[in-house]
Amino acid sequence: MSARGANRPGPDADGHFGIYGGRYVAETLMPLILDLEAAYETARDDPSFAAEFEHWLAHYVGRPSPLYHAARLSEHLGGARIYFKRDELNHTGAHKINNCIGQILLARRMGKTRIIAETGAGQHGVATATVCALFGLPCTVYMGETDIARQQPNVFRMKLLGAEVVPVDSGSRTLKDAMNEALRDWVTNVETTFYLIGTVAGPHPYPAMVRDFQSVIGRETREQLMAAEGRLPDTLVACVGGGSNAIGLFHPFLDEDSVRMVGVEAAGLGVDTDKHAASLTAGRPGILHGNRTYLLQDEHGQITEAHSISAGLDYPGIGPEHAWLKDSGRVSYVPITDEQALEAFHLCSRLEGIIPALEPAHALAHVMELAPTLSADHLLVMNMCGRGDKDIFTVADTMGADL
Amino acid sequence: MSGRIDRRFAALAEEGRAGLVTFTMMGDPDIETSFDILEGLAGAGADIIEIGSPFTDPMADGPVIQRAGQRALKAGITLGKTLDLARRFRQRDDATPLVLMGYYNPIYIYGVERFLRDALEAGLDGMIVVDLPPEEDDELCRPALDAGLSFVRLAAPTTDEARLPAVLTNTSGFVYYISITGITGAAGAAAAATEVAVERLRRHTGLPIAVGFGIKTPGQAAEIARVADAAVVGSALVGAIEEGLDDAGRATSACRDNVLALVRALGEGVREARQEAPS
Repeated sequence: MSARGANRPGPDADGHFGIYGGRYVAETLMPLILDLEAAYETARDDPSFAAEFEHWLAHYVGRPSPLYHAARLSEHLGGARIYFKRDELNHTGAHKINNCIGQILLARRMGKTRIIAETGAGQHGVATATVCALFGLPCTVYMGETDIARQQPNVFRMKLLGAEVVPVDSGSRTLKDAMNEALRDWVTNVETTFYLIGTVAGPHPYPAMVRDFQSVIGRETREQLMAAEGRLPDTLVACVGGGSNAIGLFHPFLDEDSVRMVGVEAAGLGVDTDKHAASLTAGRPGILHGNRTYLLQDEHGQITEAHSISAGLDYPGIGPEHAWLKDSGRVSYVPITDEQALEAFHLCSRLEGIIPALEPAHALAHVMELAPTLSADHLLVMNMCGRGDKDIFTVADTMGADL
Repeated sequence: MSGRIDRRFAALAEEGRAGLVTFTMMGDPDIETSFDILEGLAGAGADIIEIGSPFTDPMADGPVIQRAGQRALKAGITLGKTLDLARRFRQRDDATPLVLMGYYNPIYIYGVERFLRDALEAGLDGMIVVDLPPEEDDELCRPALDAGLSFVRLAAPTTDEARLPAVLTNTSGFVYYISITGITGAAGAAAAATEVAVERLRRHTGLPIAVGFGIKTPGQAAEIARVADAAVVGSALVGAIEEGLDDAGRATSACRDNVLALVRALGEGVREARQEAPS
């Protein structure tokens, strides 16, 4: 599904993107990860797997998602011609399901009979519970207690879909702790269980595999923009938590030198405070959850808690390929605060009739800064990777509104 | 590789018995209490001592050791202070092997070269780093061996015949067999299954084999001691320390007393195991 070029570092045979990535896991898991890698490589090269993947994306997820010219927003900001890649229109309301379809098809090929997942905002949990219902597999989702409290609608959705949601009360009770707990489950239930990771992080082959499944976003964007404008985009913008929607949009364009790419990190209350999730801007390389990448950590290598108003960006790490793309300079990464994201959330709702998730609201906040500095013929594509239904309680809270 | 580990296993072989390997977390429940416990372990019957170095995200550990790590971090322990405790321990005990057990990130951030230099100087004999499989040997394993420290590898029930040689290459001191697929503190494996696994390992290595995960009682330790070269006990000891805390979570004298009493009982179990075994 992907070729290597000068701007595409791989990964290499051991799963490294430069110094990042790798397989830093307990020995018990290592044979499983090697099995998964072999199964994925076989599937990737099998046209029938690709056909199956495309079938479910077309008929169940609703792909291709539209590429929409946001004319009122473009006019309001007065600069670049802004397009939204409408992945919030996918079944379950976010890009997460692209990857879930790919991984559950692989789990079935591998004969696994039980699916586990971690979730932050709940979007990946909902998408995983959805595909498990679709294919009749039992599903356990680990979710931090803090996230359960602020994402009640998604918790209820998962339960409606038949998944078991296990509250995680260790550490900061958010996404990283949910991932620890999922890894502990996997190390215990090695024979039957497939760990369906939701982002481009974790041990190899997850970062490459999830990227490949999400790259459908960028491939479609390329075709759709060619059809609409007859040329490549000038700038791509996407939010990054673990970074799966961003790498999905960016990856098919990495070898196009004319295409500028910006990943938007959650700056929470500000990167100069201790309440943010901007691992690329303010972190340093370290090892967590099976890979080396930029992490928020103290001077002793202990992981610090991330903060963002957006549960989906509230993670102290970032996918290893993003770490490589930052160091190489191919992609630039910028921080956006909670407050800026909220402003973008409201603007988009009123101006375009699209209530965005708080995650892409971060990307949009950067578009609001960037677009006015660009000319009217500058083609800017932003990934609208999720819809905001799940966030209305959080936003109401910031407005002092009682729902 | 390490003199102390090799000498200890040679002495155990001479005595015709298995060893007891203990794990406690440095800094749990506070730095001085953890050192008091460390100083008492060998006298109570520990043959080899694993000193835990905490990490915020211990993905292979169960709730008991997770809580110990959280207490230790709250008490202000760092990798540097853990090495200080090892150095103090060595002033009075130059024979008992000390093996540091933890996760890679704190070592990586401390600096691999600096860590190996300081660990040697502090009198550490080796290390067990949970999240460094052979695939990542260039990170710490090879530099540690070059520096003269043991790198004790974990082998698991999932480690198949094809993979065992890779796991055993560059392993030194002893091999730590995880008797179950699971996290620390989970229920243990059946003795018969462990015996089969240990025999399988012996076909691939001449190194001593320690077995851990799920050993909580002197009886279980004795069962392991009949088939392996050492039994490793961690969560049960950490749980004994936890039981000694007062309502505010502070150490009491019961922390040390509880854990050393359990070590004495485990040590007796291990020492008597082969005497009572029908041979």
